[in-house]
Amino acid sequence: MSKFRKPLLIIGLSVLASAATALAGDGEHFKLGRVATPDELLAWDIDVRPDGLGLPDGRGTVAHGMEIFDENCASCHGDFGEAVGRWPVLAGGKGTLQADRPEKTIGSYWPYLSTVFDYVRRAMPFGNARSLSDDDVYALTAYLLYLNDVVTDDEFELSKENFADIKLPNEVNFTDDDRTKEPFYADKSEPCMENCKPDKATIKAHAAILDVTPEDAGEDDQPASGGIE
Amino acid sequence: MKTETTRTTRRALLRAGLAGGTAALTTGTAAGARAAGDPAITEIQDWNRYPGKGVDATPYGSPSSFEAHVIRKNVPWLTSDPISSVNFTPLHEIDGIITPSGLCFERHHGGIAEIDPNAHRLMVHGMVDKPLVFTMADLKRFPRENRIYFLECAANSGMEWRGAQLNGCQYTHGMVHCVMYTGVPLRTILNEAGVKPEGKWLLAEGADASAMTRSVPLEKALDDCMVAFGMNGEALRPEQGYPVRLVVPGWEGNMWIKWLRRLEIGDQPWQQREETSKYTDLLATGKARRFTFLMDVKSVITNPSPQAPIRHGKGPLVLTGVAWSGNGRIKRVDVSVDGGRNWHTARIDGPSLPKALHRFYYEFDWDGSELFLQSRAIDEAGFVQPTKDQLRGVRGSNSIYHNNGIQTWHVTEEGSIENVEIS
Repeated sequence: MSKFRKPLLIIGLSVLASAATALAGDGEHFKLGRVATPDELLAWDIDVRPDGLGLPDGRGTVAHGMEIFDENCASCHGDFGEAVGRWPVLAGGKGTLQADRPEKTIGSYWPYLSTVFDYVRRAMPFGNARSLSDDDVYALTAYLLYLNDVVTDDEFELSKENFADIKLPNEVNFTDDDRTKEPFYADKSEPCMENCKPDKATIKAHAAILDVTPEDAGEDDQPASGGIE
Repeated sequence: MKTETTRTTRRALLRAGLAGGTAALTTGTAAGARAAGDPAITEIQDWNRYPGKGVDATPYGSPSSFEAHVIRKNVPWLTSDPISSVNFTPLHEIDGIITPSGLCFERHHGGIAEIDPNAHRLMVHGMVDKPLVFTMADLKRFPRENRIYFLECAANSGMEWRGAQLNGCQYTHGMVHCVMYTGVPLRTILNEAGVKPEGKWLLAEGADASAMTRSVPLEKALDDCMVAFGMNGEALRPEQGYPVRLVVPGWEGNMWIKWLRRLEIGDQPWQQREETSKYTDLLATGKARRFTFLMDVKSVITNPSPQAPIRHGKGPLVLTGVAWSGNGRIKRVDVSVDGGRNWHTARIDGPSLPKALHRFYYEFDWDGSELFLQSRAIDEAGFVQPTKDQLRGVRGSNSIYHNNGIQTWHVTEEGSIENVEIS
């Protein structure tokens, strides 16, 4: 038994009612489950972190990525990652994050290249996930960098070795959750109960005028605000 | 169908009986006097005369056919494909704090995985003493707990950031449900593998075609997270992750990984697609918040509301709604009928459980005048639900997620109701 197990358990239990202590087994083991085999771990452990941990061996060029993209991806994401219909836009949108309608793409928004590799390998193409080889995913990732002008050389080859050197432009613009510092949360005083505003309420926006709720909406109705993707 | 023919015959019989009754009335017999009044009372109804279906008719029951409108709804324009999309809980038609399993909103990224529980495995690995594999049978041999929690999609009310858009609380607030989960504390399962001291984060992964992944701080994983195989007393519904899902109380729904198959311990977050591209909150400055896990204090009046207009005229009116907070219990809900000028403390009824829906009521006499209905929840941490203008003042309008601003319903003198924003 590990000597480290107990302190961790205490962290977890300290915030709970005492009734939960017995449920947690108090550090006891139930001897359930069996040890995972190395092949089982290889089959399922495919996640990749920003520091490159989890990257498989392999490599792929921009040119090869373009071939794979045209064949497997362009029907939804467009020839240049600009997207067809409402499917996700993968490239472009640089400098739009403060715009009224930001375009959040790999190049304009995503912080880490590892996410591109991981997500494509795990969940794309939509409807045929896990069908691409590791080399294919390296090549596609290289091509997506090219479409987003992060690399400009169409001879560029992405590999396990040079992967962690590549930085996406928007990495610096992510901040931690600081909602509790927002004035309306920081101020925990009693809210106003009587005569809180001077004039009678007047309407400044109507949902019915937009008329995009399913029972009412016609074919051509366009929502004012985007979808949730 | 046999019953159809029978029913027609019975109706014909009833009509014949009524004709006889009318004839009797004209002659002024005692039998005829019964017909003066509400025919729901004075006429013998089919269900009072003819036996209904037997106990073998519906081995797994369904709601009354008269409740057929109480269903989840989809908004096609929200997403490019219904496989990676969302539908909405009919909040305006339900009461109490428990959401019926069949009405719980759905959010999938690769459709509903239909998993044979005998072929399902849960793997625990990474920074552990020994990587383990569990079958469903193994999971059901651990000590269990039952807990009631709300699950709210981070994008609930997200379409309303720019203003009033969808007309009904089902659409504006229906990405939430609250059920009783049965399962095993996550710490019990992690303890079985033995988490190493350098482990700080947990990666949870689903077995569906999106292989959904999220990074969860280990502190939360060891606190109140559950690996649940039951909801509302029975197995999870397929659309809610059958045979097993992660329960992350008070935190955004995306983290509640369905069809849970893998738990990995690491020393850093993984920065997966669902915590970088999605579920990060863009601010007006161009910066974006990440790891905004907690769902803040929130409430909505579910009835009256645009899908539930006032049809009974003036007089006694039951106003009801739900409130919830990822911080714990709801301490108080205030209701305004004049758009936030004056507030009245509502009555919370039923269990008040941490990180669960709370049901509130405010009964008043409606004089038939125009109303601007609002509700404002306060949680036990002291946080007060903000207005949408307050939220937008700090964040802008492009955050997509975590819109917990106060909702306004405009009630006309006729009793029809609209989703509005007011000054």
